Amino acid sequence: MGWAKRIENLFHRESVEADISEELRSHIELAVEDAMRAGMSETQARREARLRFGNPVILREQTAKADTALGLDGLWRDVRLTLRQMRKTPAFATAVLLTLAVGIGANTAVFTVIDRVLLRPLPYPKSDQLIALWLNAPGAGGLANFSSGLRLSASMYFTFSRHNRSFQSMGIWAPGTANVTGVARPEQVQTAQVSGGLLETLEVPATVGRWFSSADQDPRGARTVMLSYGFWQRHFGGDRSVIGHILQVDAQPREIVGVMPRDFRISDHDFDLLIPLALDPVKEILAGFGYDGVARLKPGVSLAQADADIARLIPVWMDSWSNGPGTDPHYYRIWRISPHFLSLRDQVVGSVSRMLWIVMATLGVVMLIACANITNLLLVRAESRQQELAVRAALGATRLRIIRELLVESVTLGIIGGVLAMGVAWAGLGLLVAFGPATLPRLSEVALDARSLLFTLLLAVVCGLIFGAIPAWKYARVSLTTAGTSRTATGSRTRLRSRNVLVVAQTAMALVLLVCAILMIRTFAALRNVDPGFSNPAHVQTLTIAIPEQLIGDSTMVMRTQNEIADQLAAVPGVTAVGFASSVPMDNNDPNWDEIGVEGKVYPNGEPPLRLFNYVSPGYFHAMGTRLVAGRDFTWADIYGLRPMVLVSENFARDSWGSAAAAIGKRVHQFSGSPWKEVIGVVEDVRVHGVDEVAPMTIYWPAMLYSPYTRQPTIYGPRAVTYAVLSMRAGHPEFTGQLEKAVWSVNGNLPLAQVETMQEIYDASLGRTSFTLVMLAIAGAMAMALSMIGIYGVIAYAVSQRTREMGIRLALGAQRSRVSWMFVRSALLMTGAGAVLGGCAAAAVTRLMQSLLFGISPLDPLTYATVPLVLIAVALFASYLPSRRAAAVDPMQALRSE
Amino acid sequence: MARYDLQGSLDLLVLKTLSQRGELHGYGIVLHIQRASDELLRVEEGSLYPALHRMEQNGWIASEWALTETSRRAKYYKMTASGRKQLREAEESFEQLVKGVRAMLRYA
Repeated sequence: MGWAKRIENLFHRESVEADISEELRSHIELAVEDAMRAGMSETQARREARLRFGNPVILREQTAKADTALGLDGLWRDVRLTLRQMRKTPAFATAVLLTLAVGIGANTAVFTVIDRVLLRPLPYPKSDQLIALWLNAPGAGGLANFSSGLRLSASMYFTFSRHNRSFQSMGIWAPGTANVTGVARPEQVQTAQVSGGLLETLEVPATVGRWFSSADQDPRGARTVMLSYGFWQRHFGGDRSVIGHILQVDAQPREIVGVMPRDFRISDHDFDLLIPLALDPVKEILAGFGYDGVARLKPGVSLAQADADIARLIPVWMDSWSNGPGTDPHYYRIWRISPHFLSLRDQVVGSVSRMLWIVMATLGVVMLIACANITNLLLVRAESRQQELAVRAALGATRLRIIRELLVESVTLGIIGGVLAMGVAWAGLGLLVAFGPATLPRLSEVALDARSLLFTLLLAVVCGLIFGAIPAWKYARVSLTTAGTSRTATGSRTRLRSRNVLVVAQTAMALVLLVCAILMIRTFAALRNVDPGFSNPAHVQTLTIAIPEQLIGDSTMVMRTQNEIADQLAAVPGVTAVGFASSVPMDNNDPNWDEIGVEGKVYPNGEPPLRLFNYVSPGYFHAMGTRLVAGRDFTWADIYGLRPMVLVSENFARDSWGSAAAAIGKRVHQFSGSPWKEVIGVVEDVRVHGVDEVAPMTIYWPAMLYSPYTRQPTIYGPRAVTYAVLSMRAGHPEFTGQLEKAVWSVNGNLPLAQVETMQEIYDASLGRTSFTLVMLAIAGAMAMALSMIGIYGVIAYAVSQRTREMGIRLALGAQRSRVSWMFVRSALLMTGAGAVLGGCAAAAVTRLMQSLLFGISPLDPLTYATVPLVLIAVALFASYLPSRRAAAVDPMQALRSE
Repeated sequence: MARYDLQGSLDLLVLKTLSQRGELHGYGIVLHIQRASDELLRVEEGSLYPALHRMEQNGWIASEWALTETSRRAKYYKMTASGRKQLREAEESFEQLVKGVRAMLRYA
């Protein structure tokens, strides 16, 4: 028979016992038969047989036990014993279970996030074949940045898709916005403009209808659009007959041809509408680097091979297209464009991985500290059970048996803690999703699932084994002699040492955490202290408006409309200043760059460097709180007069002419032959990419000007602008409602988008740092609290154990202060040792965190000096109370008590 | 011989019995051991049946119900292949035990 039969027998206990009864009865009958054959009477024979047999009930039970023995009934008994003991010591049980629940729960929550965001593949079929077409272009100035490299141009798309040898399919796309009108409420929506091949690359079929076909991508063909699942539900209630309906997108009628499934995103970009790019190869030029490229590798092709394949196509691309007559297509050689493809998942996840792993490591350390505390508690408990264990050992319990019981106890505690932890994890996950950094990709996919539950269980069991192992090991080796004399001894030295070692370890880990937390706090403070280049962000309300060409065709009319909107906004009560620009700082709007040549300067390569530019209206800087350092702002007369004037940033002025004042009156232009513009003012530097990045040199164009890029002078002005409204009422819904009405009074077809205060934008840009900071601060606080509890517990127990000894010392004439000093001293020694160890560990660990720090060195002396002092103060405080109790012992009482 | 001495060797005796006599019920095993040891060994029923069931769980013996000569129903046990192996091992370790004890007792 095997395990299976034994388990089966457990369920058929009755029939097993009946079987055994019959077997035993037949034995008796046979014995009786033989006895009778030998001459005994039946009654005598039966009596003899019964006597020999002994108690039939017990025998039957014992035999049955052999049939169902799994070795587990001992285990079940141990578990029941643990539960009983827990009920008897509720304080201990609560402390342990609470610690475990919080520790394991927090770890599970973070693990779930890591699992979903970092470990799982993207939600596309065979997503490991998908790559992001990242191009490096070190010579392209500011056009290629850290977060996306050099984006692709449409001409690159044509060349690469036609001539590549490594891809099954590829496509490009760009995010955008559009106005949807003709529905109940005009709405500005997020769009994704996709080229042919993009949907084929991602391979996610439409829920309703079909993908875009090549006819849809024909620039002269009919206009079509695809909906997202959310948009479909919101506006059409999920009606499947929506295919064929017409939707007004940017005043352009488009036919709906399909709906994408729920939660479908392109590289984690959420959209409401998909619009075909409908690129016209005839009209395309080399430039226009604004698209993200995605491709699906052919099976067996590696990233390096794909890199080489496309690298060979760069010169082909330069030969096949041009930027217009008189331009040199091979100019782009300076840019040194090279492919550096990465898997799509790596691009989506980006730099978040480091932050997440740090948070996970932090919580892991807190878990270890908690385990150390629980181990100490268990050691204390086991010591008090010394006598009981010694007696059991004498009665025949093997060492293995006792170890097993102690381990069962700790693992049971762990598992119960783990079950409670699931509730904590669920709550923690809710908090993370609600307050986590907005830049966390794939956050919508995060939820508790089977893998997180498995992780919880595993962690619970492992923790149980960790904190159970030490007491189990120590106490199973109890010998009879020392146990019996517990009345006069005060605990062996080895046991005391292991508890002290645990406290030292705890203190070291707490120090590491606290150092990391303090460094992050100071980073955050440093970031907040950086002058972002605008002021009073809480009182600056922003809102974005886009005027499509189909609505108002003439550029001058666009300008007048924007002007009138600004006037209407200024008329709203409480508004102090209004201005607009094509982008505001830190709004994640793609920067626009242009070559700016300074009059009189000679450039080494013949090409002037690229500078960031922005279109601004008069009054914008005043509304934003960006200081004018020299010269003056634009006036509306300058704008309508199309005067060739610009403003520049302070760092641009200093770099080109030595100082801000020297810049006034100087001239710049975009390329040789284009008309010169005069610098009329200089404003302070603005950190548009976030406070931790250097402020780029910027040039500010007027909101309407003659475009130098066309042969005939044409007037150009940005159609999508963001208004900055200075008011004490910024952020209040009533106020924003009035602003909305002001805009609609000018043109009812212009929905507002991205209505937020500069404070919100500023906070969002600090989001990643502040999130890490909050997590580390919480962990640091928890670590300190746990260490304090740990030290307190150890000292308090030592005091209680050594009461007799204290009594003797006091009776022999020791001073009370010396007695309490003994304990405080041991606490200080342990903390000191832990601080030294922790200091070395922290020096190593903070080096890993370096990329997250700003304005502070990972070995900052002030931090490394203060934190140990804080911990020592904590140790002093924690050991003070119990040591006072030691000094307050009455010698007579102590000597009498046991 | 004292009762307790049989505890460790009970498995050995039962397996040897079954190898000598083929199929036997519990009562028959008791009788055989008694007879074959010249009345020196008397197995207690209290130890025999738990041991038999345990050995069956371990796969060393197999059981089935059958009728005795006197037409009584009884559970008969016989040895399995792994039981034969177990018997060999038990015999070897018993030999070693006896040698060791004897050597110790003769030591001056």
